Amino acid sequence: MHLAYPAVLAVLLFCVGLYGVLARRNAILVLMSVELMLNAVNLNLVAFDVWLRDALHAGQALTLFTIAIAAAEIGIGLAIVLAVYRNRGTSAVDDLRDTAELPDDGGDGDGGTDSEGAAADEPDEPGKPDGPAAGKASQKAEATA
Amino acid sequence: MTLAAAGHGTLAAAAPQGFLSPTGVEIAFVLVGLVTLGAAVVTVTTRQLVHAALWLVVALGGLAVEYLLLTAEFIAWVQVLIYVGSVVVLLLFGLMLTRAPIGRSPDADSGNRPVALAVALAAAGALVWVVADAFRTQWIDLDKPQGTTDVTGSILFRHWVLPFEALSVLLLAALVGAIVLSRRNAARSDRDGAPGGRTGAGDSDKEQR
Amino acid sequence: MTTTTLAVLVPLLPFLGAVAGLLLGRRVPGLARPLAVLPALTSLALAAIVAVRQGGDAAVDAATQLTPTGSVPIDLALHIDGFAALVAVLVGVVASCVQIYSTAYLRDDPRYPSYAALVSLFTSAMLLVVYSGDLMVLLVGWEIMGICSYFLVGHYWETPEARAASLKAFLVTKLGDVPFLIGLFALAVDADSFRITRILATVAQGGLDHPTLIALLLLAGVAGKSAQFPLHTWLPDAMAGPTPVSALIHAATMVAAGVYFIARLLPVFAASAAALVVLAVMAAVTMAGSALAALAQDDIKRVLAYSTIGQLGYMTGALAVGDRGAAVFHLLSHGAFKALLFLAAGVIIHAAGTNSLAAMSRMKDLRARVPDAYWTMTVALLALAAIPPFSGFFSKEAVLGAAEHTATGHAESAPETAGWIVLVAGLVTALLTAAYAARLWLLAFHGRGPEAPDHGRQPVAMTAVLWVLAVPSLAFGVTVGVLPDWFDGHKLAPTLTTSVLGTGFALVGALVTYGAWRHTTALAARVPIGAVAAHPDADAGQVEAEAIATHAPAYGDVASAPDPADPGRLLLGPLHRHAAVGFHLDALYAALFVRPVQAGARLVRFLDREVVDTYVRGAGTAPRWLGAAVRRAQTGNVQTYLSALLAGTVVLAVAAVLVATAGA
Repeated sequence: MHLAYPAVLAVLLFCVGLYGVLARRNAILVLMSVELMLNAVNLNLVAFDVWLRDALHAGQALTLFTIAIAAAEIGIGLAIVLAVYRNRGTSAVDDLRDTAELPDDGGDGDGGTDSEGAAADEPDEPGKPDGPAAGKASQKAEATA
Repeated sequence: MTLAAAGHGTLAAAAPQGFLSPTGVEIAFVLVGLVTLGAAVVTVTTRQLVHAALWLVVALGGLAVEYLLLTAEFIAWVQVLIYVGSVVVLLLFGLMLTRAPIGRSPDADSGNRPVALAVALAAAGALVWVVADAFRTQWIDLDKPQGTTDVTGSILFRHWVLPFEALSVLLLAALVGAIVLSRRNAARSDRDGAPGGRTGAGDSDKEQR
Repeated sequence: MTTTTLAVLVPLLPFLGAVAGLLLGRRVPGLARPLAVLPALTSLALAAIVAVRQGGDAAVDAATQLTPTGSVPIDLALHIDGFAALVAVLVGVVASCVQIYSTAYLRDDPRYPSYAALVSLFTSAMLLVVYSGDLMVLLVGWEIMGICSYFLVGHYWETPEARAASLKAFLVTKLGDVPFLIGLFALAVDADSFRITRILATVAQGGLDHPTLIALLLLAGVAGKSAQFPLHTWLPDAMAGPTPVSALIHAATMVAAGVYFIARLLPVFAASAAALVVLAVMAAVTMAGSALAALAQDDIKRVLAYSTIGQLGYMTGALAVGDRGAAVFHLLSHGAFKALLFLAAGVIIHAAGTNSLAAMSRMKDLRARVPDAYWTMTVALLALAAIPPFSGFFSKEAVLGAAEHTATGHAESAPETAGWIVLVAGLVTALLTAAYAARLWLLAFHGRGPEAPDHGRQPVAMTAVLWVLAVPSLAFGVTVGVLPDWFDGHKLAPTLTTSVLGTGFALVGALVTYGAWRHTTALAARVPIGAVAAHPDADAGQVEAEAIATHAPAYGDVASAPDPADPGRLLLGPLHRHAAVGFHLDALYAALFVRPVQAGARLVRFLDREVVDTYVRGAGTAPRWLGAAVRRAQTGNVQTYLSALLAGTVVLAVAAVLVATAGA
């Protein structure tokens, strides 16, 4: 069998997974796409292992490891997605934009940006105004304990 | 299946090495590959989330067949067991727990789609070009099977036993991590009445205490 | 101990006292006074022992080299001849008196510890200059004196006058020090050594290549330090400092350093007739001009300051005619009576509550309030006016005698022109000196009007010092027969011609002033004028600071007062207006140097603010716009970031493949 067949198939699968990772909105769909990419790599590993006739079967052993790691990854990933969903009520990737500057910052303000950002951050989390205070209190409790 | 793979392998070995006169194994490989690829494309494009998971099953199963065609039977069975059997089930659980909408959801794709398409196509073009250019003359000899369960097992527990053990530790760590991540709101997930695999593990963890 | 060890200890002790005073003075206030006074007294005693052991014999020379210093070696060298030994004793005496006087004068001053430490450092630097046998080491002391004078003149830095005066003193002396330094280097290169002995030996063999140039460069530094025309302008303004500091600067240190330096290196100057003539002209202009200016000053300390400039002119005049014995003789006697004059003036200012002669001339019985100051100041003023038999008479006659000696062509080194210039200017100045001394005495002690305020007895530390200094002012002249043994051997005793001429001129000046005073004093009652400081119970330093600060607001000028009862006004006539401001030299310098520099500074500021900063701001603006643009890309969407990352990866991978295949 031509080596090009599995190799090209792996490349195409990988790019499909890449597209999914970049285009999908739901975090679980993103995880599925990641699985596709991992599987593309696995196919490559197996194909090259067979082609090279490796005495140690390194490609296949690595494929097994990858599968196991993929299982672990999917478990952790789902746990994270669930935690995010519980805290935020959404699993859409592009809704998680806390690292961005707020759009009303303008963009040419110098010096005032920080204070504006800080001022805008406060109404962003109206639900838990006692968060830091409670954290401090618990730290104090730990310290006294 | 091993026999079948071996038979295909002998066929392939006897055939001349050209793209215009494919062997039976190659034809099978290409056909299954097309199915796999199509399933993968549907997985990343469908608007129905559960369907995406199901099409993923098809794609992963197709890959298992490809492994078989490449005489790596153990990998194929592991693929079926772990991916089709557990990973997809986990994903479905995840979809349910995040209350994914049943049916067509209008916002399955983000606004990043054109960019994603461009990047994916560019990557595909570049990689296909490179791979095809590099390996178009290479030939896989499938005469004797490379990945029987017997050989794979002995190699795995003889040469790769240390990484194998390390991997088990990693899996344990992942397990603990998943438990910790899920436990933070254990009470709330109990109230939701939808305990997943990891919450179950969390419960067993509680029982052990 | 050997003489060398003792001589090393003489400058070292005040230095250690200064260091200890700076370190401990603030923390242990009780130690500040002993740390100030004891090192000065000890080093006075040691200097006296050194002087006795040296005894005017061959010079004591000792040198040690700490480390190789390149082509021209710098040694820690001592060179103690008769001049050095005697000047060191004078420095010790004056410094000790000033330190003792200061303990009472600045009794309540919170900055006394640092003040006393700086005075000690000042003394130490002067002693270093006096004893040093190496020009570089001498320069170290020279510059330390400059910086100490900056700090001490600016002691009352709360007042703008003191700040301006300290800056002026520093800058003007530095202005002279730059050519001085260049001159030292030129001298060292010609003589191949910084050692004074070696340089003098080179000069004796005629080894100097550029004697005139070197002498003129060195003269610039000397003019700055010794307040000679045209760099004398800092000295009158330096009166903004405390009176003891003025006494120290004017009597024994700083200004004396310049004269002493020329005296040490006189052969270098004598190698160039042109330099001597320049020196003579400088001395003549200085002494005549400063005497005229002194006649117009209202501030008692400024009168004394101008008189110092004039007396220094005598010394440089003596040097110009090649007689350093006479110069140092006058330096010694002047040091004693000028210190006395300043310290007594401090007492008077304290008692009168003002530094204005116009105000004092409207006080009755000021002399009864401060009898010690009255009597000692009378002695000192007689010495200043060179009335026999006071010390000033002998030293000034020595100068005039030397000038006459040269003018009549008997001197081997100095040109006759210099002799005539110095002789004529000296005689004129003798007249003027007597005139302003008499004016000072009459205005300060013979005022009419309301009773002087009673501030009680002056502290003993202040009055006792006056009597100590009165002894040499009165009787230093008796050493005139012994001194030539210490010096070059020139006869210093007064000659008949110059004695008669000088004393005659002095008497004429004093009598004319008396007449004028009799004529004008009636006006004093009609024109009330004067201001008295507000802190009668404060220590003298505070009273003086107050008086200096209020002089300009009260009289319109820091130097003069619009007093029609001033005999100086009658004597000088139309000249008075110009003499009061030092013949407009300050205004001239302001127009010539200060304003161009300020204009240049404004130009530089404009260039910096408007031109250079524009580029800087432009360089900042472009990245800011760029940043604003890039910031828009930071959407927070992970997928966007990842897309960009992967797109970049693809581009890089393709580029790498292309490069690899092209290279293959």
